[in-house]
Amino acid sequence: MNLGPHATFILAAYGAAAMALLVLVLWVWIDYRVQRRALETLEAQGVTRRSARGAEAAR
Amino acid sequence: MPLIDLANPHRFLALARWLVPVFALLAAALLIAGFALGFRAPPDYQQGETVRIMYLHVPAAWLALGIYVMLAIAALGTLVWRHPLADVAAKAAAPIGAVFCLICLVTGALWGRPMWGAYWVWDARLTSMLVLFLLYLGILALWRAIEDPGTAGRAAAVLALVGVVNVPIVRFSVDWWNTLHQPAAVFRLDGPSIHPSILWPLLICALGFLSLFIALHVAAMRNEILRRRVRTLRLLAAAEAR
Repeated sequence: MNLGPHATFILAAYGAAAMALLVLVLWVWIDYRVQRRALETLEAQGVTRRSARGAEAAR
Repeated sequence: MPLIDLANPHRFLALARWLVPVFALLAAALLIAGFALGFRAPPDYQQGETVRIMYLHVPAAWLALGIYVMLAIAALGTLVWRHPLADVAAKAAAPIGAVFCLICLVTGALWGRPMWGAYWVWDARLTSMLVLFLLYLGILALWRAIEDPGTAGRAAAVLALVGVVNVPIVRFSVDWWNTLHQPAAVFRLDGPSIHPSILWPLLICALGFLSLFIALHVAAMRNEILRRRVRTLRLLAAAEAR
């Protein structure tokens, strides 16, 4: 496809947008993994919320 | 499911499990279709091939403005109704809004250079959009600077409400002042002034970016709920260790 004399500007715009969105998606995904891992570590250490303990005791 | 049920983080996390992949797939399908149609459309009679930048620039601008309005509504939720997910929603939306605002500014500069001969001019539309980006950065800085999520949420909510005055300025700047930026071409009282061959791909791309925002926002809200859970457990562990 011929993008004419301003192809550099068009491709740069798409490249910059793709880069920004990729960073955003990766940041959200990595943050999810970090929080999940931290939560699992705490739960493995036996740290639970009081509400969770109350629910267990009521059973 | 009644809307109030979403205030329960457990129910929200269950909902997020299917909302994120559904909207991510929808976004991918719509963006592929939109860009494919957009690049097959004939070039604009004035702007030539550079009109292809519009499929990024315009949806990013709409989203940057829309997300800021959402931040202001969430701010009301935090300050007035004290909704448990309001500041979670605001904190999750702010960085996404900032990125869409940045995309709008960068693609606008890259479109402006071949059309106007300059990457940047201090015209009312560009300047008010830059102010919007600075407002996003201010909100993000407040969240980072204040450790307690409740206090940070209220401070960010106040800034979001003060800054919402900039939204109509961005929207109507091209009508109120003599600007280099072109006036509104889609949302007009007399209907869109863009040819359907360009308008339809633009609307499909806008829906694609909106779906991407929903997927990212729900995922970021889920992260924030988990982060607060981790914080609570760490505080609990520290208190019990004493």
